Amino acid sequence: MTPALELAVARQIGEFELDVAFTVESGVSVLFGPSGAGKSLTLALIAGLMRPDAGTIAINGHVVTDCSRGTYVTTQKRRIGMVFQDGLLLPHRSALDNVALAVRQASGRRARRALARAWLERVGAEGFADRRPGSLSGGQRQRVALARGLAGDPALVLLDEPLSALDSAVRRELRSLIRGVIVSSGVPAVLVTHDPEEAEELGDVIIAYNHGRVTGRRVVERPECPEPPPGGPESTGPV
Amino acid sequence: MKREHKTAQRLDNRQKAAVISVVVLVGFALGFAAAHLLAGYIAYWDIVSGPFLLSLRVTFAAAIIAGTTGIASGYVLAKGRFPGRDLLETVGSLPIILPPTVVGYYLLEVLSPGTRPGGFLTRVTGHVFVYNASGCTIAAAVAAYPFCMRAARTAIEGVDPLLEQAARAMGLPNWRVALQVTLPLARRGIAAGLTIGSARALGEYGATLMVGGDINGKTRTLSLAVLDSFTTPERDTILLILVLMAIIAMTGVGLLGRSRA
Repeated sequence: MTPALELAVARQIGEFELDVAFTVESGVSVLFGPSGAGKSLTLALIAGLMRPDAGTIAINGHVVTDCSRGTYVTTQKRRIGMVFQDGLLLPHRSALDNVALAVRQASGRRARRALARAWLERVGAEGFADRRPGSLSGGQRQRVALARGLAGDPALVLLDEPLSALDSAVRRELRSLIRGVIVSSGVPAVLVTHDPEEAEELGDVIIAYNHGRVTGRRVVERPECPEPPPGGPESTGPV
Repeated sequence: MKREHKTAQRLDNRQKAAVISVVVLVGFALGFAAAHLLAGYIAYWDIVSGPFLLSLRVTFAAAIIAGTTGIASGYVLAKGRFPGRDLLETVGSLPIILPPTVVGYYLLEVLSPGTRPGGFLTRVTGHVFVYNASGCTIAAAVAAYPFCMRAARTAIEGVDPLLEQAARAMGLPNWRVALQVTLPLARRGIAAGLTIGSARALGEYGATLMVGGDINGKTRTLSLAVLDSFTTPERDTILLILVLMAIIAMTGVGLLGRSRA
């Protein structure tokens, strides 16, 4: 089976040197480590928001970055979904529009909005579909951001500390939602966190980071299969 | 005062537009009504209508030209990474720095059929660009352009690049990121530049005089007509109209400013 992500990259930024290699299969892989370990930088390289100095990145078997051959696929064509730390929702658009803009697989405004609305329902955000991000709480924004990250039928979803800006009660509530929605959608995910509890609860695999290096890899034991998929749109699956 | 401020803050965009429209209409109505009362004394409409309508046409066309080119070049200057960006901005800003008559002189050199570039332009387009409304429009657009360009550059540079990155991660191509994310988020700054640019185009005098020629009924815009009118016996009435319109305009701008606070 082709891994969802194969990565071996190096990137120097000032004194800091990132040099990591790992593969990601299905489920949620957590990049876990202290701040400044290079986790978010790795996500930026996977997303194509930055270029590595050397190395290759392949998503679902498609090489998107290969420094030796000069291959670089733009962020837009990588078919990734991203959930940022503070949501980064477009402030001039409603929650529904934010999600609808990310829908790639449907043509026509009505179809995109219908799919977006279904995703908002799936993350429990249908009640504020027409509100702008400025009027939403942090937890509500992250629900919308999660819907947006998954609505585009991505081959891989990247979550950059999606819960770190939230208070602990909302965090706990969103953890199970994030894991449930991602697992039920069948989209492989890479999630960055420095919170050990979050890593255990969300991850199927934990990849430990320190000082720009991968220092360990551990499969999280789970007694049962993932929870049944909640209602909502069926994912058309990764490309 | 406080209550007024709070009321203004509560105005939404539609209400603001309605207030401005009403203020402008009332301003014109009062101005023309005042002049109408003195209709026996002054044939105000004959004096004002031609230049007024020409100014509206010229300003509208100039705002479109300067707005389009200003936003496009402001975007390139804000986002482009190439040497000489600041030099380009300085060159584009010359109409602010140079005396309007100097700008008019350069425009005549470029547009007049008697010069080499102007002759070429006339042959290629089959149209003469001096001493007609086209010349007035070009002069007004050149005067308005730097305001639109500089405001657009500043506003676009102020847009959070992370939001643009997020849009790219959503799969939006660069042109959609520009049209659906960057420009809408920079709209207030762009609108401010467009407003100032349009006002500058409306008030353009020196370059318009040189390129247009102040021909009565053909290139005499409102600002040229004002000076001409001051040399006639109707100057007191013209002054009254201008003062009234200025008061109304300032009231409108003040109200708009407060509602944005």
